[in-house]
Amino acid sequence: MKANKYVFWGMIKSTCIHVFLMTIALTCLFPIFWMVRCAFMSNETVFVDKAFIPHHLNFGNFAAAWTKGNFAVYFLNSVIYTVCVVTGIVLISSLAAFSFSRLKFPGRDIIFYMFVAAMMIPLPGFFVALFVLMNKLHLVNTRFGYILCMINVGLSMSILLLKTFFDKMPRDLEDAARIDGCGKIGVWWHVALPLARPAIAVIVIFNSLNVWNEYILATLLLGDSQLMPLQRGIMVFQGANSTDYPLLMAGLTMAAVPIILIYLFMQKHIVKGLSSGAVVG
Amino acid sequence: MNSKVKAAAVVKDNLQNFFFVLPAFVIFCIFYIYPFLNMIFLSFQEWRGIGPMHFIGLQNYKELMGDHLWWDSMAHSGYITLIALTFQNALAFALALACDREIRLKRFYRVVFFIPPVLSEVVVGLIWNWILNPQLQNGQHIGLLNHLLFISGFPQMVHNWLGDPQTALTTIAIVHSWKGFGWGFIMLLAGLQTIDKQLYEAARVDGANAWRTFTNVTIPMMLPVILVVMILTILGSMQVFVLILSMVNEGLVNHTDVPVTRIWSSMSSTNRFGYACAEAVIFGGILVGISFITKRLSDRVKQA
Repeated sequence: MKANKYVFWGMIKSTCIHVFLMTIALTCLFPIFWMVRCAFMSNETVFVDKAFIPHHLNFGNFAAAWTKGNFAVYFLNSVIYTVCVVTGIVLISSLAAFSFSRLKFPGRDIIFYMFVAAMMIPLPGFFVALFVLMNKLHLVNTRFGYILCMINVGLSMSILLLKTFFDKMPRDLEDAARIDGCGKIGVWWHVALPLARPAIAVIVIFNSLNVWNEYILATLLLGDSQLMPLQRGIMVFQGANSTDYPLLMAGLTMAAVPIILIYLFMQKHIVKGLSSGAVVG
Repeated sequence: MNSKVKAAAVVKDNLQNFFFVLPAFVIFCIFYIYPFLNMIFLSFQEWRGIGPMHFIGLQNYKELMGDHLWWDSMAHSGYITLIALTFQNALAFALALACDREIRLKRFYRVVFFIPPVLSEVVVGLIWNWILNPQLQNGQHIGLLNHLLFISGFPQMVHNWLGDPQTALTTIAIVHSWKGFGWGFIMLLAGLQTIDKQLYEAARVDGANAWRTFTNVTIPMMLPVILVVMILTILGSMQVFVLILSMVNEGLVNHTDVPVTRIWSSMSSTNRFGYACAEAVIFGGILVGISFITKRLSDRVKQA
């Protein structure tokens, strides 16, 4: 009898927990579902038809946004920026972190602490001075300028993460490589980088998210619509077609789906990265 | 002779080692250190972006002290931060506690709760802008929320959520929490999973009920993680900007101004670069102050 009571209360408890979790999960998913749903409607039906699954599906919005809305250009630009920035960050930060962790030169620790301090100081209004600088360097409205700025944004955190990783890595393999005649660059490329793959995965994911979703610097530095990444392009598009909601939702879907897919494939690394961040503090 | 060769070799070695850091160092100096110093320098100038600069000392700061639009914007972001700290973090903690057990669909929940954080602020802002649309067409509510309120028997609740100064900030804060709680959830859940289960066991043997266990075991063990989540929430919420830009797109209006939108409009609509830099310096200083205090708090907690 007593055991039954426990089982009963346990079931009530777990049902309550599931109802709570499920409610929040649906709250997370529903707006995204609504976006995709509206992307399949037309301008005539979207204001009238409120059924969850629209009665008439319209597949034309994606093609229209892709060509008329200039999304093909924006999308390609976003891919270019993300790939270039993330590659740059991985190469530059791993070189620096390798040197901070394994090699010696005067002033090494001071420079390292400079990078760490930079990460701690939030710079919300920094973009004003950055814009002035880019103007002076004639890097406004260039892909190169935007890529350099975004590399700088991700550098500090990546260096810190990789240095902590390298510090914990055993030195035996590097010694073996050195005996086999590898130079410092060789050790970095053939030993350190492959071994640091888990840390690099975390860096790649978080920086990809950051570059793909970046808006402020893109707005400031890229006024030419041929150079704009997706987030900036969406806002331009929204300003020009503010009443064509199905078309806008199709554009939003194209911006959101790639990042959601990447997240779903890589979510193990995201959890790992955030968890280690939380525990290290 | 021999020592000279040796010294040369050491110098060469040091240089080689420094070359590894060089690309990062150069980028950092050009794109971080220089603008940082220049920002402080510009905050003492009257400058319109082009043309001559005039050194005006602390004039920008004096003006800023009496600028009620600026301090209002500060209060607005304080309000958003307060809601994020209480509502968003309480939600994240409750979800983490609910997930910290053997439970079906645990992986599903963990994946789903982190979907809003991976979306961009532009996408989130525009989706919610569409759901919250206040307009009517042929007697039908266009926006989903007003439509649902209308058909489910609450027509008196139908509202221009973003247009009304009374509700705009709260609406933005809730959407911001919707987008942000996943971060806290993942970090708090990771923290909960590091707590030794034997501690719970011991508390139960000592006769502690669920609430006592929560306040005497869970909370003290989680305090460092909670502080990290809190500081990240504060820094993230104080700087919310793009979300507001994309949600309130009919031009920026005063009742949804936050410091970053003030800086933005000082720079791009009135072309007052010096003033914008002064605003940035003050705001940056306040944020550094907040993170410093929280850091000190968390150090003290770790020692105890």
